[in-house]
Amino acid sequence: MASFSSRNRWTCPALNYLNVCHLLLVFFLPALVSSVELTFELPDNAKECFHENIQKGIQTTFEFQVVTGGHYDVDVSIETPTKQVIYKEVKKQYDTFPFVPETTGTYSFCFSNEFSTFSHKLVYMDLQVGDESPLPGVGEHITAMTQLETSAQSIHENLNSVIDYQTHHRLREAQGRKRAEDLNERVQLWSILETLAVFSISVGQFNCERPIPESQCPMLQF
Amino acid sequence: MKSFGNLFWVFVFLLSSYTVQGLYFHIGETERKCFIEEIPDDTTVIGIYKVELHDPKTGGYMPSNPNIGMHVEVRDPDDKTVLSKVYSTEGRFTFTSHTPGEHVICLYSNSTKWFAGSQLRVHLDIQVGEQAVDYANVARKEKLTELQLRIRQLLDQVDQISKEQNYQRYREERFRQTSESTNQRVLWWSFAQTAVLLTMGYWQMRHLKSFFEAKKLV
Repeated sequence: MASFSSRNRWTCPALNYLNVCHLLLVFFLPALVSSVELTFELPDNAKECFHENIQKGIQTTFEFQVVTGGHYDVDVSIETPTKQVIYKEVKKQYDTFPFVPETTGTYSFCFSNEFSTFSHKLVYMDLQVGDESPLPGVGEHITAMTQLETSAQSIHENLNSVIDYQTHHRLREAQGRKRAEDLNERVQLWSILETLAVFSISVGQFNCERPIPESQCPMLQF
Repeated sequence: MKSFGNLFWVFVFLLSSYTVQGLYFHIGETERKCFIEEIPDDTTVIGIYKVELHDPKTGGYMPSNPNIGMHVEVRDPDDKTVLSKVYSTEGRFTFTSHTPGEHVICLYSNSTKWFAGSQLRVHLDIQVGEQAVDYANVARKEKLTELQLRIRQLLDQVDQISKEQNYQRYREERFRQTSESTNQRVLWWSFAQTAVLLTMGYWQMRHLKSFFEAKKLV
């Protein structure tokens, strides 16, 4: 803990027991970043909304992708606190929407599967509010960073984008894999049913070829 | 001054743990909401939530009603329950995955009502893997400098990336096995179908012949 205050490289006018810069930090704190990634199931004919309190001026990115279900599409809309719709798409498969809120308040992100009668959708959404919060102690001093610190920072940013690409790759691969597993099950089911159907048709015909009265043979009724 | 600095950072820490819950959604008292996390093995997942009950008198949401508890249930890819506990209105739950795959995190209130009660507002934040690490804590415990902390963060990130890639290999293998199984099934089905049709055809011809002979047409 002592190391943080010793590394304070800028001087601030002390105000008795309160340090003005500490106070400023406290006020800027509620504007903390939040980054939430959620994957949830949207049943057919359902609407699901997520809300977040965002302050104005903070760069926000909203991203979504449909992982499984039907034609992999969903209706999405984003509403501002003043009930204004800033984003509305119908039957979209995936998209990313960056925006800067103009008013502070609760923003609603709604997904709708009301157009679908029997397909559940698995939807992935990612909401990033603000930039990533700096490591404790790293963002504190405002003097220039050394080259080592700068390159460590850029490595960190690159790794962030690698993780992001991995997530997208995983979602796409999940789409293909689930479709293949679904197909596998359907082929199994259909082949069994079809064999049974052929059997029963042949046996039914066979029964009618034996010498039985015509009234009892369903085929000869036609 | 130093002690004030310590106090300040404690205050900061407490404030940050409060403001972390940004995203919220509404569920009914008897409703169950599930989230899916597809993660590699040996990954820590932390969930932080807060529940508020709808107050019909004011139309708003009352914070921390001590009567509501939240039941958190986590199931692993083999449908085995990893975590099943009832927490209070505000809390955090943690679990570590032992098998790679889709883990399902389900939240529902421990309300004893039989049909839909009032609405609940649930604030939720789920952090996976490297995001779940509290670096302020790590720096304090191990007395790391800024650069050391940054390197530690990079190490954690690289670790997560390599675990994810390993998981990707396992998933691709499963995908390939599923496709080959489908291929096999279609192949065997076509042979079986042909055999069944030929047998049925032969059988029918034989009985048709005996039928005609019986009817003295041949």
